[in-house]
Amino acid sequence: MELPVLRCCTLRKAVGRQFMPILSLHNVTKDYVSDSQPVRALDGVSLEVERGEFVALVGRSGCGKSTMLNLAGTMDFPTAGDVRIDGVSTLSLKDAALTKIRREKVGFVFQSFQLFQTLSAYENIELPLLLAGVPDARETARERLEWVELDGLGDRLPHQLSGGQMQRVAIARALVHSPSLVLADEPTGNLDTTTGSVILALLKRLTRQQNTATLMATHSLEAASLADVIVSLRDGKIQESTRR
Amino acid sequence: MPRLRLFYRFMLRPLFREPVRTALTVFAIALGVAVVLAIDLAGNAATGSFHSSMETLSGDNDLEITASGGIPEGIVGTLVRLPYNLRISPRIEDFAVVTDTKQGLPLIGLDLVAESKSFGAGNSQAGHSRSTATEFSSRAQGEGNCGGSFLNPTAAQQPSGADGLPCLDDPSSVWVGSSLGRRRGDHLQLLINDESRDYIVRGVYPDSNGNEAAIVMDLAAAQRALSRFGRIDRILIKTPASASLEEWQQRVRAVLSSGVDVRPQGTGTEENRRMLAAFGWNLRLLSGISLVVGAFLIYNTISVSVVRRRPEIGILRALGASRVAILSAFLSEAISFGLVGTLLALPFGRLMANGAVKLMGATVNSLYVSSRPGPIELTPAAVALALFLGIGVAVASAFSPAREASLVSPVQAMARARREYETRAHKTRDVWIALLLSVGAASASRAQPVAGKPFFGYLACILLIAAAALAMPAFVALLSKLSSRWLGRRFGAEALLASRSLAASLRRTSVLVAALATAIAMMVSVGIMVGSFRETVITWMDDQLPADLYVRPAGNPSADHHPTLSLDVAAKIAKLPGVTAIDRLRAYEIRYDGLPVMLSGVDLSARRAERRAGFFSGRSPAEVFAELRDSNNVIVSEPFINKHHVSMGETITLPLSAARVDFRVVDVYYDYSSEGGEIRMDRNTLLRYLPDPAPTNLAVYVAPGIAPETVRREIFEAAADHHILIASNREIRTQAIRIFDRTFAITYALEAIAVLVAVMGIAGALLALVIDRRRELGLLRFLGAASGQIRKLILVEAGLLGLLANLAGAALGFLLSLILIFVINKQSFGWTIRFHWPVEIILGALTFVYAATVLAGIYPASIAVRLDPLKVLHEE
Repeated sequence: MELPVLRCCTLRKAVGRQFMPILSLHNVTKDYVSDSQPVRALDGVSLEVERGEFVALVGRSGCGKSTMLNLAGTMDFPTAGDVRIDGVSTLSLKDAALTKIRREKVGFVFQSFQLFQTLSAYENIELPLLLAGVPDARETARERLEWVELDGLGDRLPHQLSGGQMQRVAIARALVHSPSLVLADEPTGNLDTTTGSVILALLKRLTRQQNTATLMATHSLEAASLADVIVSLRDGKIQESTRR
Repeated sequence: MPRLRLFYRFMLRPLFREPVRTALTVFAIALGVAVVLAIDLAGNAATGSFHSSMETLSGDNDLEITASGGIPEGIVGTLVRLPYNLRISPRIEDFAVVTDTKQGLPLIGLDLVAESKSFGAGNSQAGHSRSTATEFSSRAQGEGNCGGSFLNPTAAQQPSGADGLPCLDDPSSVWVGSSLGRRRGDHLQLLINDESRDYIVRGVYPDSNGNEAAIVMDLAAAQRALSRFGRIDRILIKTPASASLEEWQQRVRAVLSSGVDVRPQGTGTEENRRMLAAFGWNLRLLSGISLVVGAFLIYNTISVSVVRRRPEIGILRALGASRVAILSAFLSEAISFGLVGTLLALPFGRLMANGAVKLMGATVNSLYVSSRPGPIELTPAAVALALFLGIGVAVASAFSPAREASLVSPVQAMARARREYETRAHKTRDVWIALLLSVGAASASRAQPVAGKPFFGYLACILLIAAAALAMPAFVALLSKLSSRWLGRRFGAEALLASRSLAASLRRTSVLVAALATAIAMMVSVGIMVGSFRETVITWMDDQLPADLYVRPAGNPSADHHPTLSLDVAAKIAKLPGVTAIDRLRAYEIRYDGLPVMLSGVDLSARRAERRAGFFSGRSPAEVFAELRDSNNVIVSEPFINKHHVSMGETITLPLSAARVDFRVVDVYYDYSSEGGEIRMDRNTLLRYLPDPAPTNLAVYVAPGIAPETVRREIFEAAADHHILIASNREIRTQAIRIFDRTFAITYALEAIAVLVAVMGIAGALLALVIDRRRELGLLRFLGAASGQIRKLILVEAGLLGLLANLAGAALGFLLSLILIFVINKQSFGWTIRFHWPVEIILGALTFVYAATVLAGIYPASIAVRLDPLKVLHEE
């Protein structure tokens, strides 16, 4: 029996590839082995995310949120089912092609910021472009830093920034190559409530402005309340999806 | 037991989780200790407990009588007539070559008849002792009425007197060592000086028990074979126990001429050992560099261990572990490394000593004295030294990080978790200390030697290496700061990250760079020193070898052995139409001031005077030679004045045969042929005191327009009855350079090992860096890095380490080379070496080390590529 596909966006204003969801999970199952015991992290999950959408994944620890982000970021492969980024199935791709997808279409934001302590804010932001071989990335980095309202702090090293500022830099880095999809894993988990709210508002605003899809895993219902769509996961299955 | 269990859980178990890195550290220590052990064992065998070939069959006598150029034979009669119960053993000592095997052997002439006759009496007179010949004869196996057993006093039918010993009178009788594989009755052709003669083996003696294989013949036969009529080389004396050795020495001296020396037997060997001490010393110190490199690596390993375990240290402290317990734990970790490394080093070092002793033995033979190395013995003292070095170096280098670990406060450690090195790298303070050490090194390099040893030169080197190590964090930080952006723009994000990563782990990076730089500096400094020396010798040979052909007796020459040519050979060559002139050189080894020196008499022909000046005074050879002609004036070599502190104008007294003669030193010349030093005089002057006219070698000047090869053929024809070797000017230079290169082969081997130790350290350290930075490497995959880029990042990091080490090592190596050339070499050997950049060799070596460093990054890079980004990112 085919499970219904959860469509996060019903408004399709454009034509051609614009109709295509940026992220599509079709009947995805993910198994792994932990302490010699088989564990099913995702169980027949289907999900589509359109450009401009801000989707929150909520659920308890171990419900499959991070696994779904990893599959969406081409960092992992499903045991069964299909994951498509911008219409391209990741299953058949080799390492180089997967790397290319990450470079062009996906941006990551982490709970613990994951900035390189040896690089300045500018250098952290421009890193994905440099890894992709883009020359003169500084101007783009400067622009992204303006987006996250940290202009003037580009030369600072991470330890010279506050937690909120570090997460802004991480967001700027996730957006530097204009990805179609931003994957955020507990982006406010290491921040106080006020700062967390500011960061979420920023993420949401940029998602809209840049017409980027954002898939955010969070424990916090308060954080999830800012999303366009809230997807509840339980024991590896989608329990509920709420459009706001 | 509980403490041991805790030590295992917290200190040893983590090491097993990184087997490759642990193994690399252990092997680095093992290699460092093995090198020191190998050089120590080989040094003891080749220079410390070596036996001069001439000590073969010398028995256990008390005194020896020697004289430069030989002892007049009449002295034996004088000694025999003394009213004392002395056992007198005159000897002829030279070398012979077995023609069919080309094996060079000591040729010992013994008064076999006298020894045989007096054995019974000698035995009772001198108590339990064994004379020279009886030692030989009691072991020799002969046959029939002409066999070795006639010398055996226990033989039932012992002949008495020369009448019953026809073989002794036969000048063709020889006895040989068993290792030659000859049998009684075998015919043996020997090359002695430039003549070959046939001999019959009359007996074979066992030569495995401390005696070298030799050719033994009767004294008279030996004198005849060597044309050494009326002279003997050494007289050994066994004295009764009724008086002290000093007393006997005085009594014997009282009847001897002034030029004849009487001294305790073995003095010559002791003098030789003293002469070899500098050679052995320098090699021992050179071998220590590998251990210094190893020390850096242990320091790094324990530092990494401390940083990784900071949270654990905090927890343990909070649970009641004392500071001493933490300090002991980390020191014990270092001891474990040192102990395992040393245990591995013992068999490895013993094995390496086999190769080292061959190289050292060859150098001792060609530069110092004909000898055979003693046995290589892994004595308890050598094992103790290895353990002391291995564990001592490990503890000393681990002390600082271990102490740092013990000072960690529990709260701080748990709160701040892993802390990077840079917070504890005191760059500015260390630079100031480095400057002070450099000033100290400069001062030490100007100090005079102590007891002939350049202790302050060594100190200057150690201070410079320490200064470089302290300045390294500032150097790495500065270069990284200046270059990282450029590297990023030029070589991409990987280069930027690699550069920043090195600067971020400054202390770790600095130690690694310092370790590799020390090995490189050693390589560069020795490379410059040897290259400069080589170039100096080549230039010197241009001055010293003006002739077209050089003639010498066939056979194996050595530093203390100067075989002669027959007189008629020189005369025939001089008369050849293609020859314009010949120079005859006669060399002797004499003793001056208790050390061996070469004495030579040279023809002061016009051709020699055409040479370029090589005198301290700056005068032309013609001027200097004019002063030497037919006078008691001499010129001496540079090593001679440095060893014996003699200056120009001074008078030196030389023992020549039976007399002691005063000579005035009129000039000093540069010379690189003899480390012991040389004294030169006019050939006519030499003949006045040592009247043997046979030359040691001839320099032949070919007439213009005639090919030297033509003259060479003519010389061979003229000297058809003699065994001679003729070398062209080019050939003799090539031979000299070949010996030079062989001499320094062992230093190259030591350098290679030090570099290998350092490269192993780099590989281990990069592995540690990969493990410590796995989160960053995983993150890079999230940010779009391809696996190739991760590999490149690690390789670039290895390359940057290599580059920094090359830069620092080359600079440090240049400074060390100045100390080596102008201080240590000068004070040890007395040679003036002109500084020369062996650019090609240095660039080649640096490129090789750089490539090796990058290659050392391949395995860590492959580990980095295989990391699972999901796993490592979520570990934090």
